[in-house]
Amino acid sequence: MTTGCGIVAMGASWGGVHALGVVLAAVPADLPAPVVIAQHRGEDGPAGLAPVLGRRSALRVVEATDKQAMRAGHAYLAPPGYHLLVERGALALSTDEKERFSRPSIDVLFDSVASAYAEEAIGVILTGASDDGAAGLARIRHSGGLTVVQEPATAERRRMPDAALAAVNAHRILALDEIAPFLVKVCAEGGP
Amino acid sequence: MAEPRPPVRRRDLEAVEIDLLAEGIYEAYGFDFRRYSRPSFRRRIWRRVEAEGLSSISELLARVLHDPPCMQRFLSDLSVNVSAMFRDPAFFRVFRAKVVPLLRTYPFVRIWNAGCSTGEETLSVAIVLKEAGLYDRTRIYATDMSEATVEQARTLTYPINKMREYTANYIEAGGTRSFSEYYAADGERVMFHPSLAENVVFAQHNLVTDRSFNEFHVILCRNVMIYFDRVLQEHVHKLLYDSLTHFGVLGLGGRETIELVSHRDAYVPLDETARLYRKVA
Ligand SMILES: C[S@@+](CC[C@H](N)C(=O)[O-])C[C@H]1O[C@@H](n2cnc3c(N)ncnc32)[C@H](O)[C@@H]1O
Repeated sequence: MTTGCGIVAMGASWGGVHALGVVLAAVPADLPAPVVIAQHRGEDGPAGLAPVLGRRSALRVVEATDKQAMRAGHAYLAPPGYHLLVERGALALSTDEKERFSRPSIDVLFDSVASAYAEEAIGVILTGASDDGAAGLARIRHSGGLTVVQEPATAERRRMPDAALAAVNAHRILALDEIAPFLVKVCAEGGP
Repeated sequence: MAEPRPPVRRRDLEAVEIDLLAEGIYEAYGFDFRRYSRPSFRRRIWRRVEAEGLSSISELLARVLHDPPCMQRFLSDLSVNVSAMFRDPAFFRVFRAKVVPLLRTYPFVRIWNAGCSTGEETLSVAIVLKEAGLYDRTRIYATDMSEATVEQARTLTYPINKMREYTANYIEAGGTRSFSEYYAADGERVMFHPSLAENVVFAQHNLVTDRSFNEFHVILCRNVMIYFDRVLQEHVHKLLYDSLTHFGVLGLGGRETIELVSHRDAYVPLDETARLYRKVA
């Protein structure tokens, strides 16, 4: 049984900068869980993604540093060229091989989230032209966490949400603008 | 990630199994992974479990104990060799601008490239020093925990298909020559010019279990300690601190911070974004 709100993990690829912007802009500063994000981008892609997302969000959006403590009210972004992982309460980075041609990899992040937070994890798959994230979301589901997939029809690229839905019997399939309110509600009520 | 992982009830069991595996390897072989960062160590373990056709970490423990070749395979999993020449070009740009001038003031320069992987970073530093006219009075000690990795580094050879990326990095790092001057193509591989390794000592050295072996003016240890937990980072930072001369320069990976380490007060930033620090106490 899901018990809500230890951590929110989001994965996005093509179209993700816009989609993440929409979600983060609607999340209040007092969301009781930290947010961790793997957004695919080029190895030396713009370092400026955190400020771009942060400008429109009440959360403090920062690029992850190794072993940094996680805090509510913050969103931590996987740096380009690194996998982002978590353990309870803290971030970890690795430069291991790409997975499904991606580093950061959503599967790697979600797998670590499932392992560390189990039924307190919420996993969200957004738009993308990749299969990354499907296996990771399945891991979160399998460990008792809550799974959310962006309604593919509302995604800029539907392949990633489609792949996630093929792999997981997701708890919720939501339009982009319904995701933040749902997260807020779950975290307030402690269950879906 | 092909196989489903154990369900949540067994999460704590998994932690126990990882402890036992690390402990068993330490007792039987002397390799100390007990304080490796758990999230990435765990991934490596499951990959090896799957590659060996096993279904639990305990089974892997039994196999590595009774089957040394399996231990070797696991070891090479753990010497993660993902590196690149002039990785993080901005680092090398700052190295040219801010570290090279300091090094000019020394009659002889010793550099330690700790966790050098297959030598990409070492050769990048060698090239920067050549171009600065400092190489002839420099010695670079390039070490990694894995003998096989160090052996590979000594060959100075890399896949030719990497050269596009490395050339772009080199230029972005402020390189002004033609990068291809530094290597000769041989089929699918290139070999870098042996003169770049003239003053390089490649050696096996384990940051966790081996001691300091010299004093250095510069230590680069980039993207190595991210594989360690905070207790082990603390231990290795002490080793690096003890191995630096007064005013020596420490270079870390782009997303590592010295802020979490108790030695932080012994350093001042030389360039915070490039993660270059100077030992002042
Ligand atoms: C990701 S690579 C970093 C290579 C290079 N420094 C760079 O930044 O591109 C990490 C390296 O650390 C080495 N390593 C891991 N544990 C180590 C230890 N205990 N002692 C020495 N090297 C170690 C691995 O073998 C691997 O080559």
